Amino acid sequence: MSQDSQWPVWEVFVQANPGIPHKHVGNVHATDAEMAIQNARDVYTRRSEGISIWVVPANAISASSPEDQGSFFEPSNDKPYRHPTFYKIPEGVKYL
Amino acid sequence: MEDQKQIEAFEAKIASGVKIEPKDWMPEAYRKQLIRMMSQHAHSEIVGMLPEGNWITRAPSLRRKAILLAKVQDEAGHGLYLYSATETLGIDRTELLEQLHTGKAKYSSIFNYPTLTWADIGAIGWLVDGAAIMNQTALARGSYGPYSRAMVRICKEESFHNRQGYEIMMHLAQGTPEQKAMAQDALNRWWWPAIMMLGPSDDQSPNSDQLMRWKVKMESNDAIRQRFIDRTVPQADFIGLSLPDKDLKFDETTGHYTHGPINWDEFFEVIKGNGPCNAKRLKARSDADKKGRWVRDAALAYAEKKKLKAA
Amino acid sequence: MNLQEAKFQYLLRLGDSNLIIGHRLSEWCGAGPILEEDIALINIALDFVGNATALLTYAAEVEGKGRTEDDLAFLRGEREFRNLLMTEQPNGDYAATIARQFLYDVYTFYLYEALKSSKDETIAALAVKSHKEITYHLRHTTEWMYRLGNGTEESHERMQTALNDLWMFTNEFFDMDEVDALLIKEGVAADLEKIRTQWETRVKEVIAEATLQIPTTNFKQKGSREGKHSEHLGFLLAEMQSVHRSFPGAQW
Ligand SMILES: [Fe+2]
Ligand SMILES: [Fe+2]
Ligand SMILES: [Fe+2]
Repeated sequence: MSQDSQWPVWEVFVQANPGIPHKHVGNVHATDAEMAIQNARDVYTRRSEGISIWVVPANAISASSPEDQGSFFEPSNDKPYRHPTFYKIPEGVKYL
Repeated sequence: MEDQKQIEAFEAKIASGVKIEPKDWMPEAYRKQLIRMMSQHAHSEIVGMLPEGNWITRAPSLRRKAILLAKVQDEAGHGLYLYSATETLGIDRTELLEQLHTGKAKYSSIFNYPTLTWADIGAIGWLVDGAAIMNQTALARGSYGPYSRAMVRICKEESFHNRQGYEIMMHLAQGTPEQKAMAQDALNRWWWPAIMMLGPSDDQSPNSDQLMRWKVKMESNDAIRQRFIDRTVPQADFIGLSLPDKDLKFDETTGHYTHGPINWDEFFEVIKGNGPCNAKRLKARSDADKKGRWVRDAALAYAEKKKLKAA
Repeated sequence: MNLQEAKFQYLLRLGDSNLIIGHRLSEWCGAGPILEEDIALINIALDFVGNATALLTYAAEVEGKGRTEDDLAFLRGEREFRNLLMTEQPNGDYAATIARQFLYDVYTFYLYEALKSSKDETIAALAVKSHKEITYHLRHTTEWMYRLGNGTEESHERMQTALNDLWMFTNEFFDMDEVDALLIKEGVAADLEKIRTQWETRVKEVIAEATLQIPTTNFKQKGSREGKHSEHLGFLLAEMQSVHRSFPGAQW
């Protein structure tokens, strides 16, 4: 007989309202995608917290590592020109 | 040997209020302590389903039945959030449950007391969830990201638990003399265990300093206990029930209640496994696990077959 | 029998069935095969209790004798309950629970779909709400029929046994008497002969997909329409009503 198992982990993303992104809320254990969606519904939307659910097998997610933080994210710190507040627009100019 | 520099950076991060995330470097002692605490907490939620679950089928009105079902379901949800959060530390749920079933892991002492009457359901929601909330709102400020986020979610759900319990007690206290007696009896039996569930006195809990610095523990047990007592005593007064502590009185100078001596011998006996329901609770959990084995296997086998078919 | 009496009986049948099967499901609390399933089962039980409450509230109102939904739930005896025999059957193993739920879910799925167009507005409105819940329940139990039927040898065997044991209680789903006749004429109730055809088709499909066999038993149990139950119901009610009955007139 094989090992006892609590089933694979699926990460759960819930969209709270139309038009906003799905947000990670936690995970559930399930044997297949249909079950993962049902379990996510029962666990994470008991108080009408959502209108749409995504589930992803946890082992299918690749993440950047904390050591990458410097090389990945700091370079953009000195590119303020990517942000609209970098630009001074004279008062009175509209729709910009 | 852990690099002193790493530890310093880690502690600086915590001091500045940044959360530690699963992939971040952390001292082994931090990881171990968190696994111990978080899994204990998770186990407490699911073992905690049992004493209350005991009364679902006997709830005296349809409204109470629905509320209790929803409440106990929340506790299952809390267990799930907490196991999830614990798993981020590199241990899986199968192993965590094995630790519970073999008695290696602990859970809150409070759930080893029996629920003897319907009023116990009121007392649990009011006192046990009330005490838990005190503890959990503190833990929500803790340093480990997944634990703290789980706590935030849990705290949001807990206040309904606390209120429904108090509401049950209020109805009983204002009901027939038999109902009032039942409420008082439940309060007499649950008061001290609720006080004790917040953990041993500060002088009896070792290595608190480091845990506080690491924001694993946020407040001392005694401080949390004091706040719980200060808030709960007036609630009991309000519904005309009396607390089973003849030494309990309000100290005008400190603004706090002082209480009589706590029977720590009883607490440590229950922790050791000698509470009235330790054996029963553990058996219920491990029986459910054993009885569920073929179901879990079948679901896995079916998923495998479907995958093969699709391939 | 007049329309009011017929309606009262009909509402008891619907309400009691949901109350009793919800009670059975709630017995799983803390004992499910995995935490996620524990949560799912309590969700379903909650739907049933909520539904039963609404139906019994309306039943009490239709009766017009000043009784409440709690009076109906907690102060009637075995012979006054009108729940289907299927709903009071003990949980057994997980296969028996799933099989019972599945057979009942398919039934209520079509029944409540039909009741959405009941001429009684309250029943129609309740049916609309319930049907959404039932759609989810059925999706849940259907998946589990597939899993247990196709999963392992053991699960397959357990599920087949469960179906065989419960099959004798399915025929009663479609029994009709003067209550039904009167209410069908008035456009209030659903014609159960039509539901039977839909039920048979769906149940056969799922059982085939789950590689199980339709049981061949000729036993048919009935009696709930007249309050003749299996021996299980008495114990269930004794438990369910114990606190309520111990404190006559008390408020909770
Ligand atoms: Fe909880
Ligand atoms: Fe709680
Ligand atoms: Fe808790």
